[in-house]
Amino acid sequence: MFGLFETGFQVFYWGNLLMLIIGGALIYLGISKKMEPLLLLPIGFGILLINLPLGGLMDYELPITSTGEVPGKVISIEVDKDSRLGEDDVILRLDSGEVLSPVPGRIKEVLVSPGQEVESGQVMAVMLTSSQTPLPTRPIGLLSRIFEYGIMWQIIPPLIFLCLGALTDFGPMLADPKTLLLGAAAQFGVYFAFFAALATGLFNIAEAASIGIIGGAEGPTTIFVTSVLAPHIIGATAIACYSYMALVPIIQPPIIRLLTTKKERAIYMKPQLREVSNREKILFPVIASIIVILFVPMSAPLIGMFMVGNLFAVSGVTERLTKTASTALIDVLTIFLTLAIGATMTAENFLQPKTLMVLVLGIVAFATATAAGVLMAKLMNLFCKEKINPMIGAAGVSAVPMAARVVQVMGQKENPRNFLLMHAMGPNVAGAIGAAIAGGVFLGMIG
Amino acid sequence: MARETVEVPITGKIVSVNVKVGDEVKEGDVLCVLESMKMENPILAPVDGTIAEVGVTVDQVVKPGEVIAVIDY
Repeated sequence: MFGLFETGFQVFYWGNLLMLIIGGALIYLGISKKMEPLLLLPIGFGILLINLPLGGLMDYELPITSTGEVPGKVISIEVDKDSRLGEDDVILRLDSGEVLSPVPGRIKEVLVSPGQEVESGQVMAVMLTSSQTPLPTRPIGLLSRIFEYGIMWQIIPPLIFLCLGALTDFGPMLADPKTLLLGAAAQFGVYFAFFAALATGLFNIAEAASIGIIGGAEGPTTIFVTSVLAPHIIGATAIACYSYMALVPIIQPPIIRLLTTKKERAIYMKPQLREVSNREKILFPVIASIIVILFVPMSAPLIGMFMVGNLFAVSGVTERLTKTASTALIDVLTIFLTLAIGATMTAENFLQPKTLMVLVLGIVAFATATAAGVLMAKLMNLFCKEKINPMIGAAGVSAVPMAARVVQVMGQKENPRNFLLMHAMGPNVAGAIGAAIAGGVFLGMIG
Repeated sequence: MARETVEVPITGKIVSVNVKVGDEVKEGDVLCVLESMKMENPILAPVDGTIAEVGVTVDQVVKPGEVIAVIDY
């Protein structure tokens, strides 16, 4: 068929319109407000593309097979080619019962007819769906192929970690290793949100872990963990993580102010940190990989790639690799990752009460991570001779470098002599490591 | 009259110098902007006073400890 019958208008509905508005809002925020434009702009456009029906960019073929153990007989067919189905809509009736649509989608073809005998395991119809499902599917769209082989095969997020490693300077953390504790403390937010998600009763343990990891404030880690544990909510967790990272300058200051006195916020820290030798910088990624991966083996894809990328940067002999990883490669991977993530957000997948709860719990994760970092810094001040400004604990949430920047700006405001940026970068990069480890712990326990 | 010396806190490049010798400054006024770690960081006056000396120029690459400005107060 050609002409008007093939346009997207006939299946366009209010959900698509709402998603176009959401996609448009992300594009607007990226361009006009400069909020994480490298991420929100392609995610927004991915949402826009996928909610223009029948484009097929995110289509998967899903065979509907006969599951009965004995041969059955088709009584009636309830759908036609291109019929649009919701979850649990009836596709056909067998003498043994109804065959339901396992996910929302549409019928590509029906391969049986009324009265026909079907064998166990025989494919009776083929559906096209954009939903993430554990059922065996085959990606056939441009973005579903990128999503399947790039994200679900867990290739793109670890490679982005490699690139981030090449861009990360562990110097401030190595100069003052106690800042590792602040990065670790902030992971409390991950576990708090995990238990909060479980407590709502809306989420299973795998979904709760994927929501908790939002508190790690690391996009690739969140996407990596969700792709393994709960791919059907990957759009919501990714958008929560990236949006809240962009909103760190709004989310963190009130929490920091609530938990600290003006006097504490004005605590002066000498700007100059200890000079870290090249040997230390080279040994760190090697030793850290060995220790972390032995303790938390499932963190190997993220930590291993993060550290090899960092070794490229600090070794001084792989300048070409460092340059590629920190420029062209990360850009290419970011384009693939963000477009594919945006494309998971079809109206059917995204417009659910669960999504709203993911967004709420995501902000709870960010807030508790910030609070835990600040409180850990205050606790450390009870024991340290040289007091630290408790605000640098807030940078332990990762969100590199936005959280460190927030601490720097707030610190200068309270005391113009203060320059906390380098002090905050320590917990900041420690938070990135902490998030990857927390993700590995979840995968080891639940995956 | 006391003097306060404002030093470079972190390696970077000066992208703007916002004061000159003789200027009156208030605590929190921007003395210069230092680009470091891909961020533009304003360097603020720690006291109210008069600029007695400016030690940096635009595009200068600076290291920790170098003098940005001296303020009489």
